Amino acid sequence: MSLLEARGLTRHFGGLRAVDGVDFDLAAGEIHALIGPNGAGKTTFVSLLSGRVPVQAGSIRLVGEDITRLPAHARVRKGIAYTFQITSVFPGLSVFDNVALAVQGGRGSARDLRGAVAAALSRVGLEAMASDIAGTLSYGHQRLLELAMGLALQPRVLILDEPTQGLAAGEIGNFKDLVRSLVPEVAVLLIEHNMEVVMDLAHRITVLNFGQVLARGTPAEVRASPAVQEAYLGA
Amino acid sequence: MKVWASHLAVVALLLALGFLLPPYHATNMARIMVLAVFAMGYNLAFGYTGLLSLGHALFFAAGIYAAGLPIWHWGLGAAPALILGLLGGGIVAGVTGLLALRTAGVSFMIVTLMFAQAGYLTLLYFNGVTGGDEGFALPASGRMLFGADLSTDLPRYLTAWALFSATFLATLALVRSRFGRVMVALRENEERARMLGINPFTAKLAVLVLSGAASGLAGAAYGVLFGYAGASFATIQYSILPMLYVLLGGAGTVAGPLLGAVLMFALIEVANDLTSAWLFIVGAVLVIVVLFAPKGILGALRDRFFRGLP
Repeated sequence: MSLLEARGLTRHFGGLRAVDGVDFDLAAGEIHALIGPNGAGKTTFVSLLSGRVPVQAGSIRLVGEDITRLPAHARVRKGIAYTFQITSVFPGLSVFDNVALAVQGGRGSARDLRGAVAAALSRVGLEAMASDIAGTLSYGHQRLLELAMGLALQPRVLILDEPTQGLAAGEIGNFKDLVRSLVPEVAVLLIEHNMEVVMDLAHRITVLNFGQVLARGTPAEVRASPAVQEAYLGA
Repeated sequence: MKVWASHLAVVALLLALGFLLPPYHATNMARIMVLAVFAMGYNLAFGYTGLLSLGHALFFAAGIYAAGLPIWHWGLGAAPALILGLLGGGIVAGVTGLLALRTAGVSFMIVTLMFAQAGYLTLLYFNGVTGGDEGFALPASGRMLFGADLSTDLPRYLTAWALFSATFLATLALVRSRFGRVMVALRENEERARMLGINPFTAKLAVLVLSGAASGLAGAAYGVLFGYAGASFATIQYSILPMLYVLLGGAGTVAGPLLGAVLMFALIEVANDLTSAWLFIVGAVLVIVVLFAPKGILGALRDRFFRGLP
């Protein structure tokens, strides 16, 4: 049984078929990348999984339990964490408070709040900045803080929406190591435009195009697929 | 620790003032402390959670009438009346919140305003029970608390002080708790808070109930201490009043509502002595505050000097 399972997931916006009957399985402990041209429906698809956008048709199961109608905050408590594409920390709060909110709202017991916050911060290397105001951090550090908040939720599934966007080349290397260190405790679903990161990190790749699954497989298989080449490079 | 010490010092100072101030000023200070309780309740919703309500007069009035009507009709004592006021404000706020919290922002302002207007008109409509526009004077039997006559200066001051201190310290504990962190998160970015597992609706409803309970307690205390209940307390002025105190003193600070209430009271006194157009002076001062210290006095001080001020 897969950890997260979507069947026939559909969401149309007017005439636009943003997500159109997608089947998807996320296995425990895997890093799964979601790629596709701009407007392929990637962000809408993970928004359906996380509950930010309601599902029109289809079903979502987490460890066998139907969560299709669950509101987003309840899914977070079940273990689906979503980190935002545009960095969305609380700029006026301290780094500590940002992570503490995630610990409180997450799946863990949060009895030892300070310990849990410190653990999440040291995982991303921000432990020295706990008392800084989040808005004063550099962009790269804010992305790490966002990731620490995701980890502090103690998720089963961590959805990362374009996590390396805007990071410097040196920071990307550290980021890859960090994501690799998360599995197999957490399954990671990664939306990413940087193909080098995708090919390097992902165990499996799903390619979306016009809201439908175009191809799925290992990085090597996807790279060799003529359909994928056509979608990306044009006929 | 420093935070608790400074706030306890405020409480101690206010207690001392009760014995030092001449009667006229002591009565004013008692009134200020009761209105500060109202403003602290308002501040929980507006200052900490970002819920801009224009309907808090309804919760204040719910407190006055939940305390005043049983005193008037059935001869209830002051102590149970104060508790009824607290519950009345909380319950009315809860019912209002269940419906009004389906909206946000400007719509929330309008919906809460409408609820308060409906409450005001209800008070007028049932004037046989509520005394309507004229209101009613609370009988002396309902103004006795543990053998002390609340219409006399010192017992009145001490009661106002006790209720103020309890609300003040409870607010401090609340905003420094885990739930206080959630309140601020909802104010800063509700969608992000939701994606951290926080249910915005239930959290905001809880805040509104607490806010309404404090407002109701203030209303009940106002009735019991100053001896009058009337429908005018349910009008829009009494929704604006706590907002002005909070804006002037500093939204989202524990001591801001008290500071705002004291300054506004003093400002009105001074302006009243100078000119009959005292509202003009009050308005001008508010414009200046909003322009140059949009976070209020304590908010501006916190940004410059005391970063950890809750």
